[in-house]
Amino acid sequence: MTTTATPTAPFVRTHISPRTDGATVTAPESPPSAWATATTYAGRTVRQFIRTPQLLVVSAVTSVMFLLIFRYVFGGAIQTGPVRYVDFLIPALAAVSGLFSGGVVGVAEDADSGLFDRLKSLPVPRAAILLGRSMADTGLIMWGTVVTVVVGFAVGFRVHGGVVGAVAALGLCVLFAAAFSWLGIFLGLSAGSSQAAQGLSFAVFPLIFVSSAYVPVQSMPSWLRPIADNQPVTAMVGAVRAVVLGGDTVTLLGHSTTWFVTRSLIWSVVIMIVFATLSTRRFTKR
Amino acid sequence: MSSRPNIVEASKLRKRYGKVEALAGLDLEAPAGAVTAILGPNGAGKTTFIKAVATLLNPDSGTLTVGGGDALAAPQLVRRMIGLAGQNAAVEPALTGRENLVMVARLFGHNRAAAKAAADIVLSDINLIDDADRPVKGYSGGMRRRLDLGASLVGAPQLLLLDEPTTGLDPRTRIELWHTIRALVARGTSVLLTTQYLEEADQLADHVVIIDHGRSIATGTPTELKARAGRAMIEVRVAHASELASVIQLLAPLGTETARVDEPARRIAIPVDDGAARLADAVRMLADSGIQLDDLGVRRPTLDEVFLALTGGPK
Ligand SMILES: Nc1ncnc2c1ncn2[C@@H]1O[C@H](COP(=O)(O)OP(=O)(O)OP(=O)(O)O)[C@@H](O)[C@H]1O
Ligand SMILES: [Mg+2]
Repeated sequence: MTTTATPTAPFVRTHISPRTDGATVTAPESPPSAWATATTYAGRTVRQFIRTPQLLVVSAVTSVMFLLIFRYVFGGAIQTGPVRYVDFLIPALAAVSGLFSGGVVGVAEDADSGLFDRLKSLPVPRAAILLGRSMADTGLIMWGTVVTVVVGFAVGFRVHGGVVGAVAALGLCVLFAAAFSWLGIFLGLSAGSSQAAQGLSFAVFPLIFVSSAYVPVQSMPSWLRPIADNQPVTAMVGAVRAVVLGGDTVTLLGHSTTWFVTRSLIWSVVIMIVFATLSTRRFTKR
Repeated sequence: MSSRPNIVEASKLRKRYGKVEALAGLDLEAPAGAVTAILGPNGAGKTTFIKAVATLLNPDSGTLTVGGGDALAAPQLVRRMIGLAGQNAAVEPALTGRENLVMVARLFGHNRAAAKAAADIVLSDINLIDDADRPVKGYSGGMRRRLDLGASLVGAPQLLLLDEPTTGLDPRTRIELWHTIRALVARGTSVLLTTQYLEEADQLADHVVIIDHGRSIATGTPTELKARAGRAMIEVRVAHASELASVIQLLAPLGTETARVDEPARRIAIPVDDGAARLADAVRMLADSGIQLDDLGVRRPTLDEVFLALTGGPK
């Protein structure tokens, strides 16, 4: 026989313990600042990265895999003139590691899980959430860069541009990582699901291959050359290569260091502005 | 004018997704300092409405005020009043319970010290203090739900929005969460929650709004609503389908409405106004008749039956 007993069986623990100290939570006086919002969300995301070893491995492994394949399988067949192939390759991989790793999937997961819904219901400056995401993703990308360069040193890469060149290369890599982090955020927000994000994160690969990252542009068919020459990745890898190689980059790489660096800076700023604007618009839209 | 001010007032809210009208002119009032349950089947528009109140989406038309403020024109003010626990527990598995709460507390606007203190208090309130420093990936479903509820509390919001807070929980964990919610309300927080279970609305809510196809179809206290479907249902399962008709005829005088028959299951449900007394009558009448029974009992009307009573047809 079925009954109508109200379910207050004795085995049920009530999950509110009687407070003896009378402590209660009070509402905060003012909403969080943009900086507090960004650093809080960035801090949470970095912790998530650090505690997810698979993620750290995956975000470095693609870049390292390409490094080893090109260094040992294709490298012998690629003519890079007066520059050793390993010195040609490693700066390029360091510059574009933001296209291999980054937050595309992470952003889509935070949208999927309902975390973004909670964050958007809070009195935070919404754009600051994305800024925090960009900070954390830049860190993740730089992790991939560092692993790539360390492996690079192990397989023969050397810096010829001195300390100034090394510091300049680092600065450029951080800037490019920040720019690519915004591209990743935009893709993650557009993906709709984390599975789709996985696929989307491969969509940027042509950008890497149709550039001077692995092979000199001169070796490409003439119809492809103008595209490869004028796209952002070529400017970025050229800039890092130029400062790392030092010396007469016009002879070594075809253009002066200033030519590469200026172009790469302009591209980075453009990428950042475009994708930060598009992402923020998408994120704050109701 | 009602005696209590309303914390949420929606009028003629509409929201369309392509061909689907998720909200089709919804009118709804939720009194302050009380629990209002929005009851409705899958796709009724519950989540859409909660999202509108949480300032996550803009309705196409209509008005919506939260705590007296216009949720559409001044969402930032509303965000300072609400705490949201969405349909999925939005907690980060890689972080500990405490870290999850501190993060949300910071984003409510607490400084570092206040965020830690708030997390501490809430952790003991939701009885997770012993598990506070374990990563959430080791938590059970019920613990995650409690933590998610806790995350909506660290900012001490005036209005809690809980979207199906117990869906997916086993019956015992569900009851535990009811206790938690009830104790919170005793402290004066207003709660707007959604549910698919009449039982849950009955247990928690002072005020129930039944919605379907994006429209409110009935409002009232749980008791009032159940009265409209009959206060209780007497359910009979006969041993032989051939005797369904005679049982219906025999018990008809007990019912407030005509019996509902489920032929394949050989089951009859009769809405009555006094469950215990009518059950006693039914037992006597059926015993006298000598009809062979598999089961006989009294139970509360299900949501389906309330719907049937309110809409006058299958939903
Ligand atoms: N983002 C969206 N895009 C398209 N259709 C949507 C979207 N969100 C909701 N809908 C549709 O609107 C209707 C109401 O959805 P809603 O999620 O509000 O229902 P619900 O009452 O919360 O249901 P459930 O009990 O399943 O959670 C459904 O028909 C749903 O398919
Ligand atoms: Mg829903």
